[in-house]
Amino acid sequence: MAESATATALAHQFDDLEQQREAGYLGMWTFLVTEILFFGGIFTGYTAYRALYPEAFAIGSHHLDYWLGTINTAVLILSSLTMALAVHASQLGRRRSLIGFLAATMTLGTAFLVVKWFEYAHKFEIGWIPGPDFAYRGPHAPQVELFVSFYFALTGMHALHMVVGLGILAVLLVQARRGRFSSEYHSPVVVSGLYWHFVDIVWIFLYPLLYLIGAHH
Amino acid sequence: MAAPGPSQEPEPREHYLNASYGIRSWLLTKDHKRIALLFLASITFFFFIGGLFALMIRLELMTPPGDLFTSATYNRLFTMHGVIMVFFFLIPSIPAVLGNFLVPMMIGARDLAFPRLNLLSWYIYSIGGLFTMAVVLTGGVDTGWTFYTPYSSTYSNSQVALTVVGVFITGFSSILTGLNFIITIHKMRAPGLTWFRLPLFIWAHYSTSIIMVLGTPVVAIALLLVGLERLLHIGIFDPRLGGDPILFQHLFWFYSHPAVYIMILPAMGVISEVITCFAHKRLFGYNFVAAAAVAIAVLGFLVWGHHMFVSGQSMYAGMIFSFLSFLVAVPSAIKVFNWTATLYKGQIVYSTPMLYAFGFIGLFTMGGLTGLFLATLGVNIHVHDTYFIIAHFHYIMVGGAVMAYLGGIHFWWPKISGKLYPEGWGRLAALIVFIGFNLTFFPQFILGYLGMPRRYHAYPDEFVVLNVMSTAGATILGVGYLLPLVYLIWSMRYGKSAGSNPWNAKGLEWQTTSPPSTENFPITPVVTEEAYNYVPEPIGHG
Repeated sequence: MAESATATALAHQFDDLEQQREAGYLGMWTFLVTEILFFGGIFTGYTAYRALYPEAFAIGSHHLDYWLGTINTAVLILSSLTMALAVHASQLGRRRSLIGFLAATMTLGTAFLVVKWFEYAHKFEIGWIPGPDFAYRGPHAPQVELFVSFYFALTGMHALHMVVGLGILAVLLVQARRGRFSSEYHSPVVVSGLYWHFVDIVWIFLYPLLYLIGAHH
Repeated sequence: MAAPGPSQEPEPREHYLNASYGIRSWLLTKDHKRIALLFLASITFFFFIGGLFALMIRLELMTPPGDLFTSATYNRLFTMHGVIMVFFFLIPSIPAVLGNFLVPMMIGARDLAFPRLNLLSWYIYSIGGLFTMAVVLTGGVDTGWTFYTPYSSTYSNSQVALTVVGVFITGFSSILTGLNFIITIHKMRAPGLTWFRLPLFIWAHYSTSIIMVLGTPVVAIALLLVGLERLLHIGIFDPRLGGDPILFQHLFWFYSHPAVYIMILPAMGVISEVITCFAHKRLFGYNFVAAAAVAIAVLGFLVWGHHMFVSGQSMYAGMIFSFLSFLVAVPSAIKVFNWTATLYKGQIVYSTPMLYAFGFIGLFTMGGLTGLFLATLGVNIHVHDTYFIIAHFHYIMVGGAVMAYLGGIHFWWPKISGKLYPEGWGRLAALIVFIGFNLTFFPQFILGYLGMPRRYHAYPDEFVVLNVMSTAGATILGVGYLLPLVYLIWSMRYGKSAGSNPWNAKGLEWQTTSPPSTENFPITPVVTEEAYNYVPEPIGHG
């Protein structure tokens, strides 16, 4: 049985599963490097402007909901744990716990997006969105608008990556239910795990950079 | 050695071209060779669209007054020419066509590591291309191919958003191709094929892939932010909010300077293959040429500021960028000297690919040396935004990259199609391209030095002679480009069978049949020798 599963899992261009697995891992790591550069471009912009306009960025940060950001950070860290457990389960070939941990990771990811949705909705309600109708009229108003631009660009891009991640997890879940993975063949789970952890790490940077500037009272 | 004659071997009965039939078998193929041909068709299409815009530019510039197009239309013409040629022809040209076809074959693999991703790469390219064609049909874009803010983000009244989306999407095609090459070269080499036995075409594509993977995401985010600024008022580059338009230039050139090396490095890889084959000699200084490719890729990331000497960046930054730009000339010169040294006492065959290679070496050297003029701060200010710049980068991109691309297409045509192209026509076209190119672009060096600025549709009367020469040259160049299109298609049906190795070339791709089977090799080859292990033949001609 193991042999036939191996035969179906091995793509024709590879000599053996070992080579295929290594190619997959290296491929995902390389892709994550491109992602670092992608986010790196906008982090560079953030760094430049924060150095230029520290007061405005602090004002902007104080207007974000510190608690929602903290809760979401906790949710994502927990989802990284369940993802790691899912990878572990797949390596041991434990199908039921793999399915359970994938579902848990998806639930936590969805919870993150729901919280984010309420945060965004609130920003729209109070007119805290960049553009001609930007509601804030206090000191450093233009630069605060710049901060808000970064807030939406960064969290929006991160949320988009979360949505893609949830899609990938959904595919894995379906495949896991069909018994596609075994202790011999589980690299899609491992590789998707790498992606999920990367998206979490991006948030680990976004959280302090956006929510924790200056002292909160 | 005589020019190749018709081969005695019969053509293989079954190969990748006739393994399956029908439009579906092409649109859903995972065979890297078929995907290469899909790219060949698409980029040829865009090459001629971009060429059409070039033709209109040259027609306008035939006479001093702006009489054929308004200045607004002219802005759109040169922008569309730049966008299409850079993002839809030059960047994918050699990697996506020749690289796709040859990287697995040269390392003795059955396919790239991720064939589905490879097909996806073509679809992504095509979707980006559809956006760009939509831009062409709805009036074009007028920002220049560089999309400088705040003109692109705020003031331009053309199709900026649509263009930016198209270029953004196409970028992912390039990222996926680069990623696929890196993994394939790392993990799928045939037994015995160590890193320093790899053909330099592979080293070149490895270096190119590194740039694609590291650079493209940065331009992607920069263009995305411009799009968001235009559509959703996300104001990252907006000076009214304290945003800095120069930041956009930094992010843009961080990719778009290395992008020049995406165009030229694969071209250098082609030249190394062609020169060794038709000089019938080992490459002089293999290790240095290989290391130079990587050095160019690395140094290329450190010189972007030389596009911004007059943008208001710090003078000290300008000095450092100037110095670093000079450094890139070192590995480039190493390559040129080593190719030349390879020719020394070689048994040279003046075949079509070799003529293109000779053209490449000369034109690339001129483009490179004028690049040093431009890297010099003082001279740069004198010739900034003049036709000197236009001439310089066309010597690199057209004289360099396109010459090598055409040389490569001819060199591997027997492998790709299984047929020989007509050698006489090939040499004639190479000659026409060389003459047409120099007549088009050499006068532009002089025009720029005399002060004719780029991006204007009118110019003073005193520049008319040189501009007429340039337009005449462009016409000749156009003929030179159309000829191969005709005789290569002709040869697919009427050409003589090539046999597996018409050039007596080394390299794994020549060991299998022409055209190769879907699996490339009947059994995985084992490599026991260095690349370019050519043995000189005794003097005396057969």
